[in-house]
Amino acid sequence: MNNASVANILLTTILPGNFVLAMFLGMCPFLGVSQKLSTAVPMGIATAFVILVASVSAYFLNQVLVYFHLEFLSVITFITVIACAVQLVEMFVKKTFPELFRQLGIYLPLITTNCAVLGVALFQTARQYNFAQSLAYSIGGGIGFTLALILMAGVRERMQLSNVPTLVQGAALSVVIGGLLSLSFMGFSGIGGGE
Amino acid sequence: MSAPTSFDEFLSGLWRQNPIFVMVLGMCPTLAVTVSAVNAISMGLATTFVLGASCLLVSLLRNAIPKQVRIASYIVIIATFVTVVDYAIQAISLDLYVALGAYIKLIVANCVLLGRAEAHAAKNPPLPATTNALGMGLGFTLGLFMIGCVREILGAGKLFGVALFGDHFQPWVVMVLPPGGFLVLAFWLITIAAFRHLSKKRNVQLEGAQS
Repeated sequence: MNNASVANILLTTILPGNFVLAMFLGMCPFLGVSQKLSTAVPMGIATAFVILVASVSAYFLNQVLVYFHLEFLSVITFITVIACAVQLVEMFVKKTFPELFRQLGIYLPLITTNCAVLGVALFQTARQYNFAQSLAYSIGGGIGFTLALILMAGVRERMQLSNVPTLVQGAALSVVIGGLLSLSFMGFSGIGGGE
Repeated sequence: MSAPTSFDEFLSGLWRQNPIFVMVLGMCPTLAVTVSAVNAISMGLATTFVLGASCLLVSLLRNAIPKQVRIASYIVIIATFVTVVDYAIQAISLDLYVALGAYIKLIVANCVLLGRAEAHAAKNPPLPATTNALGMGLGFTLGLFMIGCVREILGAGKLFGVALFGDHFQPWVVMVLPPGGFLVLAFWLITIAAFRHLSKKRNVQLEGAQS
C-alpha cells in the first residue's frame, strides 16, 4: 500500500511530475493540437475528463481482476473501457458543441491512444493507490496535462509572428519549445517531497 | 505484389518514412525510455514484434472485421500482443522490466501501431503488410537507438554500460532527465532536415549542370 497523502499526490502530478513535461505521457496531442489557445483549452478539458473516467473505472476493474486472479487481462480491459469513455465524450461534444467538434477533428477520437489516459490507469495500479489517491492522481494529471497544453499553445501563438530558420520549422520547433518548458518545470523538482 | 516492391516498402519504413523523424509518431516511448542505448533497443524490438504480429493478424482478418468496430478490434489485437511481450520481458530480464516499467504496457497507446494497422495492414495482403510493419518497427528502433546513444554518452559518459571517458568525467546530467529527451530529439530532427536540405540543393545543381 502506498501512503502518500492526497494533497501531496495532487501537487506532485501537477508540477514536478507533470504528465507531459516530466513523464512524457500524451505527447501526440501536446505536439499536434497546441497551435491555438482556442482549441488547446477544450482539448485539455476533454482529455482531463476522460482521464478521470478512466481512472475511476480502472480502479474498480482492477479490484475485480485481482479478485479473480486475472491481472494479465489488465491492459486489454483498461484500453477497452477507455475506448468506450472516449466514445461517450465524443458523442457529448458532438451534440452540445458542434462547432468545437469540427475544430478538434481527428484528435478527439485519438484520445483513446493518448498515453496519458492509459498511463494513469497503469501507474495507479502499479503504485497501489487507494480510491482517494487514484482520484487525486487522475485529477492532478488532468490539470497538469491541460496546463502543459495551454503553456505550449501560448508560446506557439507568439512564435507564429517570429522569424524562424527554415530548418527548425515544424516539428523540430515544437520539440525545442517542449524541451524549454520541461527545463523550466524542473525548477519545481523537490516540491512535495517527490515520489 | 512482387518481391522487390515489398523490399522497397521495408526500406521506406526504415528511413524515408521513418516513424520518429519523418512522421513524428510514437513520441511517448521515444522520449521516456531512451536514457540508455540498451533500453532504447529493447523497447524498439518489443514494439517491432507487436507491430509485425498485430499487422499480420489484422491483415489476415481484414475481410472478417466489420467496418464499424474496426478500431476497437485493432486495439484488442494490439493489446493481446502487448500483454505477451510484457510477460516475455518479465521472464527474460527482470532488470530490463524494471527499467522500462509501465512503458512496455503503454506500447498499446503508441500511435504508430494503430496508424499502421488502419492505414496499411487493413488494406493489404499479409506478406506486404508484415514487411511494411517490420520495416516501420526497425525504423522506430533505429530512431530510438540514435536518441538513446546520444543521451547515454552525454548524460552518463557510457555506451552500452561501458565507461567511455576517464574517472574524472562529469556527466551532463540534464541529458538523462526529461528536458534532455526533447533537446536530443530536436537535435536529430534539425540535423536530418539540414541533411535533406543539402542533398536537395545538390540534386538541383546536378540537374542544372546537365541541362
